[in-house]
Amino acid sequence: MRHRKRFNHLSRKSAHRKALFANMAASLILNKRIRTTTAKAKALRMFIEPLITKSKKDSTHSRRVVFSYIRNKYAVTELFREISPKITERPGGYTRILKTGNRLGDNADMCIIELVDYNENMLAAKTETKAKTTRRRRVGKKKSTEPVTETLTADVSVDEIPEVSDETRDEEKTDTVATSEEPGTGIVEDEIKESAEEVKEEIEETDPTPEPPKKSDKK
Amino acid sequence: MAHPKRKTSKQRRNKRRTHYKATVPTTIATCQNCGATVLYHRVCPECGYYRGKLAIEKEVTA
Repeated sequence: MRHRKRFNHLSRKSAHRKALFANMAASLILNKRIRTTTAKAKALRMFIEPLITKSKKDSTHSRRVVFSYIRNKYAVTELFREISPKITERPGGYTRILKTGNRLGDNADMCIIELVDYNENMLAAKTETKAKTTRRRRVGKKKSTEPVTETLTADVSVDEIPEVSDETRDEEKTDTVATSEEPGTGIVEDEIKESAEEVKEEIEETDPTPEPPKKSDKK
Repeated sequence: MAHPKRKTSKQRRNKRRTHYKATVPTTIATCQNCGATVLYHRVCPECGYYRGKLAIEKEVTA
């Protein structure tokens, strides 16, 4: 029965699978990055991460334990001498899997599995983008109210030009309605209304001479 | 055992095959670096960037 044997068997008997993992682990340790299928990479991750953790303590015993899995003395030497000093700060997660699309021929899902501390580009990018970013929502609220008044004053300055027809006034009314519906502070709304009324008065003062008939139509 | 009585005609065969269609994958994004079309969760095959960071040098992916 296969109850709770919930790992990827990779269509291999256990000895075959162990040999596969030993070869792949040795290749990964020696080359720092190997290209393989995603299924094998994920299985290899479960195999090699405990061994890398084991290498943090350099003793004859831990070397022998690791060698019993990897069975490659060059890889074991590389792991304990070169890799383990680099990963002392890292609490697990020593490998990274980057998917690279599907293989031509059998359409297999391919990826690159690499040791995180040996990807110079990614490490450089991470140190660059270390700047503090806030994820609080309410920080930007005060700023959002200020631009409204600014734009409104800008509108007033535009409307103060003497040639203002009835159409623009109608548009302005709709504008004021729209702005008052927006969630803002009461003070800002009052300011909007006052300034809008001022504008209307100005328009009424200026208007009647150029286009009297239209206005009568409106009334 | 049962056997086909008639050879399937070209018309019948072709009509059956009208339903064989390729589907466009819905999980498509544009690369943040070069703007190429890439699948989600994949390194960009054009420039080797992943989520705006250089992940893989070009010659490695090829």
